[in-house]
Amino acid sequence: MAQVTHGLGGLKYDPGKKARPQELNVLVALIVIVAAFEILGRLLMGDSFLFNTRDNIDTLFNQQRLSIIILQVSIVGVLAIGVTQVIISGGIDLSGGSIVGATAMIAMSFAQTALVNGQPNPKAIFGDWAMDLPVIVPVLVGLGCGLVAGLINGSLIAYTRIPPFIATLGMMVTARGLSRWWSNGNPISFPTESFAAIGKGMMPVVIFVALAVLFHVIMTYTKYGKHCYAIGSNEAAARMSGINVNHHKMLVYAIAGILASLAAVVLSSKNLTAQAGMGVMYELDAIAMAVIGGVSLSGGRGSIIGTVLGALIFGVIISGFTFLKLDAYYQEMVKGVIIVAAVVLDQWRQQRRTRG
Amino acid sequence: MNDIILETRGLTKRYGGVHALEDANFILRKGEHVAVVGDNGAGKSTFVRQVTGVEQRTSGQIFFDGQEVSHSGPLEAREAGIETVFQTLALADDLDVPSNLYLGRELFKFRLGPFSWLDRRTMRERTLEALKTTAVKIPNVDNPIRNMSGGQRQCVAIARAAAFASKLIIMDEPTAALGVQETAQVENIIRGLKERGVPMILISHNLRQVFDLVDRIVVFRRGRIVASLNRDETDGNDIVSYITGVKGGEVSYA
Repeated sequence: MAQVTHGLGGLKYDPGKKARPQELNVLVALIVIVAAFEILGRLLMGDSFLFNTRDNIDTLFNQQRLSIIILQVSIVGVLAIGVTQVIISGGIDLSGGSIVGATAMIAMSFAQTALVNGQPNPKAIFGDWAMDLPVIVPVLVGLGCGLVAGLINGSLIAYTRIPPFIATLGMMVTARGLSRWWSNGNPISFPTESFAAIGKGMMPVVIFVALAVLFHVIMTYTKYGKHCYAIGSNEAAARMSGINVNHHKMLVYAIAGILASLAAVVLSSKNLTAQAGMGVMYELDAIAMAVIGGVSLSGGRGSIIGTVLGALIFGVIISGFTFLKLDAYYQEMVKGVIIVAAVVLDQWRQQRRTRG
Repeated sequence: MNDIILETRGLTKRYGGVHALEDANFILRKGEHVAVVGDNGAGKSTFVRQVTGVEQRTSGQIFFDGQEVSHSGPLEAREAGIETVFQTLALADDLDVPSNLYLGRELFKFRLGPFSWLDRRTMRERTLEALKTTAVKIPNVDNPIRNMSGGQRQCVAIARAAAFASKLIIMDEPTAALGVQETAQVENIIRGLKERGVPMILISHNLRQVFDLVDRIVVFRRGRIVASLNRDETDGNDIVSYITGVKGGEVSYA
């Protein structure tokens, strides 16, 4: 039996009671969706979604499917981590997808190999000096692109006081234009072997998980994380309490930019090519992952764990639809419905809490 | 004269042609609790905004703790030892109680620029101590304060001010939005501050509260200080006469 105490105003309260963490709801939703696909699979396809049904493989789960689920969301997931900390601190970042496009083009230009099958690289952007450079060069150039884009976003938002939506919308359009201009719309291909190794196999998953752990720690245990929540929760109070809000915002958007460009490096390495249209809609997918994961668009609430779970829900839905052999069009529609449903559920939860 | 913590001489603030505060001479002694009363627009909040550095005065001098000061902002005033509980709560709703108490002045295990590692345990322990010394009862300090009542949140704001105010606390209508029980709780906290000898300026419309809590009552009317009365030498009718202008010309020194 819970201990009941009389507190302020004579109201009874239970000191042991804590609000159920939002992440738990997301986890339950993930399990429900997986279970739904499992049941539908058994009924419609006569096959299991989650478990291994082949005799020649000796594992309980269908590992191939599980790894595809996480692999296909891990690159957008890296963006989503950046977007999560932006939204928690009360902003929004629409430029991620375009930064992916621009960074992929620019980084790939410095990652090309001189000879393809004994012939000179047919997609060469620069002269010989830019061929077969050490892998660190394209990576640093790429991250530099993201840093610059993020700092421009951040300084526009912090110092000219224009809304984050507008500032990052401008960056979204500009960076997409840059990525098309860079090689007149031509794809850039044939990277060096060491660059190609960055996104090979399950590397994107490793990078995603490592970043998720790192940013979970940062958001939970450091001053940076605490100030993100404080600013997103009550910017005036944060300012009044001596937090340098402008500096913090610069940092938040710079980190979001760097993460987007990191996603671009991994993506172009994985695809062995960079195209001007890379990363289109990634920013919205990333925001959707965060929102499904319980990150509040009004700021102050949410977590990296929630976003990771949101990303997994995304991956499960895409995989599940493929598994059920449904058209990709349905995926889009269902994704849209789930995004809206997640926000509606969050609103209900909050209203109930303020009333109760 | 060493027992004076705050003194203003000829403090004046004009907004364009509006004389919001005119030639305010005010003294607060160490350990003293003074109420500032007056009608809406009488200059109470303007007076506080000059002292806390939220606004810059038009003319006049402010002496704090024996030195003439000119705070360029509330942060500077806070560093000098003046803590203010504002009418609008300056709390972050999504953070728990320790995070709010230590907002902007976190304790660290080790420093690493923006990624300095928070010393959450020490902050939590000291928060519990601070709540104890101010007699604030909060059910669960680890819950975000969004889920707390207005009274509890006001108590957190006051506990924050009390925990860090080394020299002076200013409260701008701390019980304006609170219920009866919650008001009583806040008043108890204020009595605790009196016992601890922390000087306070209380802005309030509630005369019953003012007579219960403070040593001296300063009345503002139309931007001027019109009376400074010891609690024991006056009564409610007297104060109301000053507030409404039935009584009183001007006093030269409050």
